[in-house]
Amino acid sequence: MKITFDWLKDHLNINLKEEKLLEQLTNIGLEVEMVESLFPGNELFKIARIVKIEKHPNADRLKVCDVDVGEKELKKVVCGAANAKEGLITIYAPPGSIIPKNKTKLVVAKIRGVTSYGMLCSESELNISDESDGIIDLASLKYKKKVGLSYFSKSSSNLIDISVTPNRPDCLGIKGIARDLAASGFGKLTALKEKKIKSNKKQSLKVKIIKNKDQGCTAFGSCLIKNVKNTESPQWLKDKLISIGQKPISAIVDITNYVMLDINRPLHAYDADKIEKGILVRNSKYGEEFTALDNKKYKLENNMCVITDNKGVLGLGGIIGGTRSGTEFNTKNILLESAYFEPKSIRDTAKKLNIETDAKFRFERGIDPLSIEDGLNKAALLIKEICGGEISKIDIQKIQTYKNKTIKFNIDLFEKITGFKISIREMQKILDGLGFKFKKLKKHLELVVPSWRPDINQEIDIVEELVRISGYEKIKIVKPNKERTKSTLTQPQKLFHFLQRSIASKGYLETITWSFTDTNYNNFFRGENKEIRIINPISSDLGVLRNSIFSNLVIYINKNLDRDFKDLSIFEIGPVFTGSNPGEQNTVVCGLSAGKKFRLSWIDKERNIDVFDVKRDVVQTLIEAGYNSNKFFIDTETPNYYHPGKSGRLFLDKGKDKVAAYFGEIHPNILKKIDSKTESLVGFEIFVDNLKLPKKTLNDQKTKFTFSDYQKSERDFAFIVNKNISSQDLINTISNIDQSLISNIRVFDVYEGENIPANQKSIAISVTIQSFEKTLNDSDLEKINNLIIEKVESKTGAKIRS
Amino acid sequence: MSDLKKIKDEFLKKFNEKLNLTEINKLKSDLFGKNGLISSQFKKIGLISENDRKKFASDLNIIKDELQGLIELKIKEIENAEINEKLENEKIDVTLPERNFVRGKIHPVSQTIDEISSIFSEIGFSIEEGPDVENEYNNFTALNTPYNHPARDMHDTFYLDEKKEKLLRTHTSPVQIRTMLKDKPPFKIIAPGRTYRSDSDQTHAPMFHQVEGLYIDKEINMGHLKGCLDYFIKEFFEVKKIKMRFRPSHFPFTEPSAEVDIGYEIRDGKIIIGEGEKWLEILGCGMVHPNVLKNVKVDPNEYQGYAFGIGIDRLAMLKYGINDLRAFFECDYRWLNHFGFDPLDVPTNYRGLSR
Repeated sequence: MKITFDWLKDHLNINLKEEKLLEQLTNIGLEVEMVESLFPGNELFKIARIVKIEKHPNADRLKVCDVDVGEKELKKVVCGAANAKEGLITIYAPPGSIIPKNKTKLVVAKIRGVTSYGMLCSESELNISDESDGIIDLASLKYKKKVGLSYFSKSSSNLIDISVTPNRPDCLGIKGIARDLAASGFGKLTALKEKKIKSNKKQSLKVKIIKNKDQGCTAFGSCLIKNVKNTESPQWLKDKLISIGQKPISAIVDITNYVMLDINRPLHAYDADKIEKGILVRNSKYGEEFTALDNKKYKLENNMCVITDNKGVLGLGGIIGGTRSGTEFNTKNILLESAYFEPKSIRDTAKKLNIETDAKFRFERGIDPLSIEDGLNKAALLIKEICGGEISKIDIQKIQTYKNKTIKFNIDLFEKITGFKISIREMQKILDGLGFKFKKLKKHLELVVPSWRPDINQEIDIVEELVRISGYEKIKIVKPNKERTKSTLTQPQKLFHFLQRSIASKGYLETITWSFTDTNYNNFFRGENKEIRIINPISSDLGVLRNSIFSNLVIYINKNLDRDFKDLSIFEIGPVFTGSNPGEQNTVVCGLSAGKKFRLSWIDKERNIDVFDVKRDVVQTLIEAGYNSNKFFIDTETPNYYHPGKSGRLFLDKGKDKVAAYFGEIHPNILKKIDSKTESLVGFEIFVDNLKLPKKTLNDQKTKFTFSDYQKSERDFAFIVNKNISSQDLINTISNIDQSLISNIRVFDVYEGENIPANQKSIAISVTIQSFEKTLNDSDLEKINNLIIEKVESKTGAKIRS
Repeated sequence: MSDLKKIKDEFLKKFNEKLNLTEINKLKSDLFGKNGLISSQFKKIGLISENDRKKFASDLNIIKDELQGLIELKIKEIENAEINEKLENEKIDVTLPERNFVRGKIHPVSQTIDEISSIFSEIGFSIEEGPDVENEYNNFTALNTPYNHPARDMHDTFYLDEKKEKLLRTHTSPVQIRTMLKDKPPFKIIAPGRTYRSDSDQTHAPMFHQVEGLYIDKEINMGHLKGCLDYFIKEFFEVKKIKMRFRPSHFPFTEPSAEVDIGYEIRDGKIIIGEGEKWLEILGCGMVHPNVLKNVKVDPNEYQGYAFGIGIDRLAMLKYGINDLRAFFECDYRWLNHFGFDPLDVPTNYRGLSR
């Protein structure tokens, strides 16, 4: 909402500085977003006429204009506007003036070799409107005589832009803002004597509101003004509109705008001669059409609130009028409408048709239902004053009578909510200033809510009004209590944080990427999941929720490879989605590594990063998080985005759990499709929600400390097995033999090739044997030795190599 | 007598020449070998007259010890010299680079979330979470923002179905609803997490992070709210004093509502938080609206309290001098390395939030 201090003073007796005003507005909840001097040196902008146009010698699109700015000499101005033509009356900005839109100061400049003295302005450059197509066309006869005069009258008042929250429609009018200020002790509201229409003529155009279901219009006030002469607005009115950045159009339009801005009462003026046999306010029928003042044709659905006549739709009530009954400079007879439309109905209709207008913005927030007459009185009298004519009596049709809300307010509630006290006198003063009527009971105030406050419905709203006006700075700080009754993090949250830092400590950079992704990339890593589309994505390449974090990591690792980084490890911990219902998501730690280990190292041999690098990161992380690696079980069933031969699936508990993690090389086909420029790309996913929390807490694990001091011996075995037997099978077999004696098993060599039969391999294993009870003698060791060989051979079909 | 002296003198003569290990060993066996000069003298002891025997034996032993000592010392010296020479030959260039290492980093948003959690932990808040996909009810209606309320326009919402029933949460406030529905008061939680709005430019990203706060008990008023946020902001920015301003505002789910600004100034191109004449909006808050409490079956006549919502990314930007919000999510290796934190830098209360 744009205001000026000058305009506020129409309603407010005040002689404080603007600086104080800005502070006070913010203090009472009318946040000042921007203050703009409108604009320093605005008198420099002159009404001017293009006398002659020549083509620019060096640029096809540019023109060199001789411009009459009311001085002896014509000014040469280079201009690129398509609509620049000889005879056009427009606005000229001389060197030294500051263009309001971009705040640049004009200088005499050569444009493609031709010196330009100033410029001709578009509406958007002057912040009059968003119209940036071409320069301003002051197509009225009146301006012809004003060439050389300032377009803006000198204004000392700054343009103040206030952010009005959606609950405060009353502050969409200057008067409402003045009322709030006055209630807070900033100035006094001027008691304007509102003039009323004095007429004995009946409003002769019949108006009827049909009682349709959910009729959006509950009251329709109107008056007829005959024999007007629509004209240009007087300077005071033009200045007012310009001062808050609006463009004057014609007296009738300007007056309705002025009343709307001043008291937040939207009006609509019809050309009465274009209305056929009276007005009917009814619900629309599917398929009805009309052309609105924005020059667009709208096709209506059922049950939209429309203003109609015998010939059809005249306008969408409270949203936008139609071209058929619009006023023009030659309009003679006017029907002025001042109605009440239900916010819900307005919002529904505007949303369906995608229309945004000033009237809609106001009606959907709630217009004062008792302002119908005020608006008509004010506007009609102004029209008469400026355009002449005869005004009829006001006619009001309504299907509902407005009743003010009442609230019984418990005085103690204020302190209970705010923590500080104000006197009942103070309360009454504030509420009176805001327009409440009240009666004091013992512990209560019996309040009548002013009709312009649709946001006030219950006691808490009264507290809000009182604390807002008395000032939030009065709220006293209560120091926080440092008592903790519940642990800050739950077990799963602790695990989340642990995994996050554990992975990072292994050389991965943590990233945070969008929860949505490119459908093409998502498809690479979607697995069995169904695609989850966003109906209104921000762009087509962010159109689906991610089924895997890999899609984004792959995109970003590629971008970094393009930046010429070669060896990268990144990870993200966050949600992946399995469905479009709340909760159909899982937390995953996903890591991706590209390139080589020991690239360009003088000491270590460089090699591609491989599946055992990521396997170590996964296994070490899980062990660090408290899981027992003796129980880990790994198989090779992995989703299709992994290399089928070089990837694994890890379970925490020998296959009895849900999948804890996948790790492996990314499928070569995907690398090809995404055009990845790296020697190797390996990754992993740890499914945090699938990790059963360790049964034993760290405390439990620490309490029991056992070890053996008896001599240990290490025995090496080399087995020849079929290629498809996994080392895991051998290790499990050995560890199951006697867990009290076998303490450590390591694979120290794997070999295929010469001396080994085809389809077989040799696995060399070192086993540490140690007892908790005694030093083992040779025969004990021999016994366990034989048992190992026997079990491995019988369980896996292996043969000991001698 | 003179024999012994002669032996000794002769030995010393040879001994003082430059000898290697073999020569020294030869010298040793010449003296102390089976038939060595000294060993032979010992054999003579029996032949010496009783009067002189004692003295002879004693003199002989002294010479023996002396010569033996000299020889052993010499052997050690030579051995040491040889080892030193060998080690000298093994010398390498230790200024060559160490073996490669890689450093991982924690994203500044994660670090900031941990910092925030640590601060609120100290004043008794625990952490709650909620899903990223929400239903319309939890995100809007239960938060006193019915369909057709213009306040919904403040949220540009991503929807997952045509009926607009499922959406990506536009704020962390639905966690309030979930928390209160599943438990009984009092509630004292914060809920950090991802939030989504469909606008995107230099200062807005379609995904960002918020932390929700909720404290509901019997006597929690606006003074407690102010105290909590005053404490939080000072702790977070690690300053003793902070210029803070509560300003009335409107959110459908709180009443009264406030926005909080902190003072700042730009000094030498750097933003200084907590002082200065300019104001920076950093969060929204208020007393939980009675309608919200009713929606989650908490009696507003018995319970009351506050809620707040803070933009995490914004806080991180302010604290760590990050200019561009979009960069948080662009995963530039250089940026992550620069703004990321060492995983060992876990923000805790006892050692301070940051180094």
